[in-house]
Amino acid sequence: MDLNTLWFILIAVLFAGFFFLEGFDYGVGILLPWLGKDDDERRIIINTIGPFWDGNEVWLLTAGGAIFAAFPNWYATMFSGFYLALVLMLIALIMRGVAFEFRSKDKRPGWRNFWDWSICLGSLVPALLWGVAFGNVLRGVPIDAKMQYTGDFFGLLNPYALLTGVYGLVLIVLHGAIYLTLKTEGTVMEHAHALALKLWLPAVVLLFAALGASYMATDMYTKLGVNPGVIPILGGAALLSVSWFLRNQRAGWAFVMTALTLITTVFTIFLTLFPRVLVSSTDPAKLSLTIYNASSSPYTLTVMTIVALIFVPIVLIYQGWTYYVFRQRVGKNSLVH
Amino acid sequence: MDALFWARLQFAVTTVYHFFFVPLTLGLAVFVALMQTRYYRSGKEEDKQLTQFWGKLFLINFAMGVVTGIVQEFQFGMNWSEYSRFVGDIFGAPLAIEALLAFFVESTFLGVWFFGWDKLPKGIHLASIWLVAIGSMLSALWILIANSFMQQPVGFVLRNGRAEMTDFFALLTNPNVLTQFPHVFFSGVATAGFFVLGISVWHLAHKSNVEIFKRSFQYATLYALIGIVLVALIGHSQAQHMVQTQPMKMAAAEGLYESEDPAPFSLLTIGSLDGRSEVFSIRLPNLLSLLSYNQLTGEVKGLNDLQAEYTKKYGAGDYLPPVPWIYWSFRIMVGAGMLMGVLAFACLYLAMQNKIDANMRYLQWLPYAILLPYVANSAGWIMTELGRQPWLVFGLMRTEQGVSLAVSGGAVLISLVLFTLVYGALMGADIFLLKKYATTDPAKIAEAVGAY
Repeated sequence: MDLNTLWFILIAVLFAGFFFLEGFDYGVGILLPWLGKDDDERRIIINTIGPFWDGNEVWLLTAGGAIFAAFPNWYATMFSGFYLALVLMLIALIMRGVAFEFRSKDKRPGWRNFWDWSICLGSLVPALLWGVAFGNVLRGVPIDAKMQYTGDFFGLLNPYALLTGVYGLVLIVLHGAIYLTLKTEGTVMEHAHALALKLWLPAVVLLFAALGASYMATDMYTKLGVNPGVIPILGGAALLSVSWFLRNQRAGWAFVMTALTLITTVFTIFLTLFPRVLVSSTDPAKLSLTIYNASSSPYTLTVMTIVALIFVPIVLIYQGWTYYVFRQRVGKNSLVH
Repeated sequence: MDALFWARLQFAVTTVYHFFFVPLTLGLAVFVALMQTRYYRSGKEEDKQLTQFWGKLFLINFAMGVVTGIVQEFQFGMNWSEYSRFVGDIFGAPLAIEALLAFFVESTFLGVWFFGWDKLPKGIHLASIWLVAIGSMLSALWILIANSFMQQPVGFVLRNGRAEMTDFFALLTNPNVLTQFPHVFFSGVATAGFFVLGISVWHLAHKSNVEIFKRSFQYATLYALIGIVLVALIGHSQAQHMVQTQPMKMAAAEGLYESEDPAPFSLLTIGSLDGRSEVFSIRLPNLLSLLSYNQLTGEVKGLNDLQAEYTKKYGAGDYLPPVPWIYWSFRIMVGAGMLMGVLAFACLYLAMQNKIDANMRYLQWLPYAILLPYVANSAGWIMTELGRQPWLVFGLMRTEQGVSLAVSGGAVLISLVLFTLVYGALMGADIFLLKKYATTDPAKIAEAVGAY
């Protein structure tokens, strides 16, 4: 395996980690104003992700940085091509990040409500847009021979990409609801549990719809064949089992299953893409960006590989440790007034 | 106005704004960690209160720094895609390493620190705030390694139509970053020093928690003094380095049009409106040579000679940066810094002579001095980045060559307006909260830690 392939896999892993971790805190954020009936409940909900959300977000920044370092042309074409979509996402992320820190620092209900809705929308926009973005990457966007995006903002909002966006959004909300079932007690937990059960069927339908649409709108069929292989099937099966685990009060396993679905979804996208990183709809065979024509030099890839092999395991260890430290459920008695 | 103009303006606005928060994060993280180290050793309630009081303000500021930093990482690809293609082989690496090495540490352990007051053994809890401080320093270091490549490209070769890395170690030990990093770090120390100083004086003037804030005042005086003295000393060697590597920037900072030996230092130079010639100037003889080379003589090159030299080297073109901007931002930075030095020494004198209360009618104005480091920090970056013009990467790529081709001027204008509105509103909320918590009784703040 060459270093280009290794970095392709590493970026897939970073995105998988990002959707698994930031997935539930986006989900929790989206549910905040809906599930939190009063201020105490809202604070409980926020505190379930309080120690983690910032660290989780770094998975995205690292994925972004890794794309820049390993595949500068991918970074340049995609980030300039998806310009307005990324502006929206950045503003959502800004409002969301600030809101966590600001909302409880003043008691006025108007103030808190504003930041709570900032958390909700600031989580919803990126959760939706990432699915739209990956739908487009897979389906292909107009890219010319100079690796320049030649489409516009509205071209990104095609039915297929919107479908993958909604699928991602619903899966993330489900993932978040199950996380809340795991991490809270009392009414918040009951409501989250009930909501997760309700969301399960739409998520399953959307998964199969998105998979079916991918067979039609992208070259998934030529890439993966009729039988898509172990990874997508594992993801589908995992999502199917969620309802059973939820009904039998095994929220922990249900959480593992939605995590698996998110991770396998990312891997399925990357498997279908390989060795391309951004498909050109103008001429998929000739103009697509690949792990070779978009990559950094072998020297840079070598340096980055050494750095990643040393530091990724260290990050995993200490982030894992934080989840262990804050493993307890969050209830009313853990709030400070 | 085209995409290039708006993209430059947006980068300027978002970067200067981002850097409102970075220096305070750098300096205050270490300050809070030092306070907590005292608490760890003494176990005294008032040390805990000091830690939590400054820690609260640190958190509010930190959040703003983080979210505005995300914009910076994305903006290279969004607005400067051709730049990203050209230098991605070199420039992407420090950004990715920053996320992996520094940002993970900072963000993860900040959560641990904030939520861990009652959940962790004291030693581990103390370690977590030190890790936040170290993480933010590393973060600044990697970003400055990236920036230094733009000021002084090293460890690369031009190949395949782009700059490719040939020596990672050369990138890390870029002579430019060796002075730039400590300059930025100690400007953060000075910023935090004045921040703590100003707020402490406010409490002393209002007779609130006098014992605690007298101690804070003393610590902050020392901290600000260390910061400002080291910033000045390092700034001096930075300027000497600049004379060697970016003489055009130094000539612009001095409004020096013709090369001179010995070179005089400009007290006041008025140039023509286009910045192309000198109209009037008061200069101190020999001082610029002295500052540049630590001796009374030595040639400092002027703008006109450098223009001729660069035309010969790089081809026909205009190689002058916007001279008045560089000249005045340099003076504003140095002037604000000198004023900070005077104030810090005055505070030291008052603290040592135990004359703080007796001079409160003067000291009560000190909270306004919190603005001085912000002025100096912004002016410093404006000088550094505008002084690099017309280059995006010195000697390799001009600014207009780096802008995104796929993004229209209208799109950039939309994003610029959106960012400006959001940033403006957030600045209001940030100042509101900082003011509120800066003027709160520390005992009340200590009650509400460990959860949002």
